[in-house]
Amino acid sequence: MLPYLGEIYGNPQSLHTAGQQALAAVDAAREEVAGLIGAESEEIHFTSSGSEANNFAVKGLAQAYQAKGKHIVVSAIEHLSILNPVKTLEKLGFSSTLVPVDRTGLVDPAEVEKALKKDTILVSVMTANSEVGTVEPVAEIAGICRSRGILFHTDAVAAAGSLPLNVRDLGVDALSLAGDQFYGPKGSGALYVKRGTRILPLIEGGIQENGRRAGTENVAAIVGLGKAAAIARAEMAARAARLTPLRDLLIEELPRQVDHVVLTGHPAKRLPHHASFCVEFVEGEGMLLMLDMQGISASSGSACTSKALKASHVLLAMGMDHALAQGSLVFSLIDGGGREDVDHLLASFPPVVERLRKMSPLYTEYLKETKR
Amino acid sequence: MIYSDKVMDHFQNPRNVGVIADADGVGEVGNPVCGDMMTFYIKVKDGRLADVKFQTFGCGAAIAVSSIVSEMAIGKTLDEAMKITNKLVAEELGGLPKNKLHCSNLGADALHAAIENYRNKLKSGEKGASMAVDHHETEGCACPYCEGTLEEGEAAYCKACQVDLVECPSCGGITKKGADTCIHCGKSLAG
Repeated sequence: MLPYLGEIYGNPQSLHTAGQQALAAVDAAREEVAGLIGAESEEIHFTSSGSEANNFAVKGLAQAYQAKGKHIVVSAIEHLSILNPVKTLEKLGFSSTLVPVDRTGLVDPAEVEKALKKDTILVSVMTANSEVGTVEPVAEIAGICRSRGILFHTDAVAAAGSLPLNVRDLGVDALSLAGDQFYGPKGSGALYVKRGTRILPLIEGGIQENGRRAGTENVAAIVGLGKAAAIARAEMAARAARLTPLRDLLIEELPRQVDHVVLTGHPAKRLPHHASFCVEFVEGEGMLLMLDMQGISASSGSACTSKALKASHVLLAMGMDHALAQGSLVFSLIDGGGREDVDHLLASFPPVVERLRKMSPLYTEYLKETKR
Repeated sequence: MIYSDKVMDHFQNPRNVGVIADADGVGEVGNPVCGDMMTFYIKVKDGRLADVKFQTFGCGAAIAVSSIVSEMAIGKTLDEAMKITNKLVAEELGGLPKNKLHCSNLGADALHAAIENYRNKLKSGEKGASMAVDHHETEGCACPYCEGTLEEGEAAYCKACQVDLVECPSCGGITKKGADTCIHCGKSLAG
């Protein structure tokens, strides 16, 4: 990436040597990203993030096909970069249906089929959910949509680079991915759009990205994304083989170390590096801060950790009550970590929960009730 | 770091955590929906707060706020303690992130609720603490589409985005009228 911030400072749209070198690097990166998901390079459009790719897909596809209809179907646990653009489209006269999920976060393809209407033009269901790790039956849903002539987009931001994905086998018309989810640079992303599919640009102006995404290319980020895609493609199987047993150890042991801890998401159909839980009677942010002092970086879907102070819509859609959703905790296992890291977490975790439960009025209440 | 050193200190070493079994007053505020819940217990002697203890379910800021409120209150007369404001609490902690300021609301509110509880009991002459509960309603005050504030009693319609709204019977969240499913929980709204 560094040379593209220094000596090769050209704009890929310029005809001079530095510009052409940058263009070659962008093209090579496009080839790598396409290779990661089994696409052709001209089907890849670089964006500034996974969120931009999702916005681009929802707004761009819906507006390009609105002559056919104005109804959109998405799952209840989509990322806000899908749900909020859908809300915006509703203000512009579109309508939408949210497909519910079960307690493990799985979307039932039959529910998607039930939600389809005569004027449905777009369905978007994520490949995997980043908060609970559940991997969705995307190929099956894509098949249903294809048989009805409805476009299907999948937000693969949490999955791309970690799961083997092939857009032809999946049968998807559009797919979003982001570099920072597989060790690439932050602020890099891409949207795959199947050849022959129309899409309106989100950012209008110049002719970059085939006229579909204006703005001078972020060459260094794109180069980094390409490199990360190449490494992910080569290393994916080995990474998964290393991380899956550690994930399973954590999923099995953490609820054994502490009472009233439940796994969130599907026990088997989940991302290879992802373990997520809800801890009863305590709130997520307190746990994060205390774990951080032990050198453990985790995240949470609790209301307190979100700027909007709202509990995660994903956990609520899975039927969890507000109090339990507050104790949400997400661990992403990073390649290069080992058994000793999981052991460190398993040892650090019980005292953290114990301390916070001692302060918790909900826990005191629970103890009182069980004594009765 | 989003929190000041003082907030982190009170979060890591909270003062006066616990329950007073024979408390003279108890006050509880918040609910798990908004993410924070606090219970304050007070012991009164000669018109002063002889002891204050608390339990808190909530974020780092909520725990730090409870801790510092208890510290600020101990030794004060009841009238002085009633003058502890949210602003004072936030100042005492060296500031709080803007979106966490409501936590400081809760700390002072819980203390005041405990004092009210004590005073009401004095008036009615009863013995022992019965809980004074001040549950804040937080849901239903913002349009889920534009996040704009809905005025009291106006929950059925958002002026900003001109959408009719209804309460979802399953989760209680506010969602668009006529939609097939709730935007919060995804449950069917038909029928």
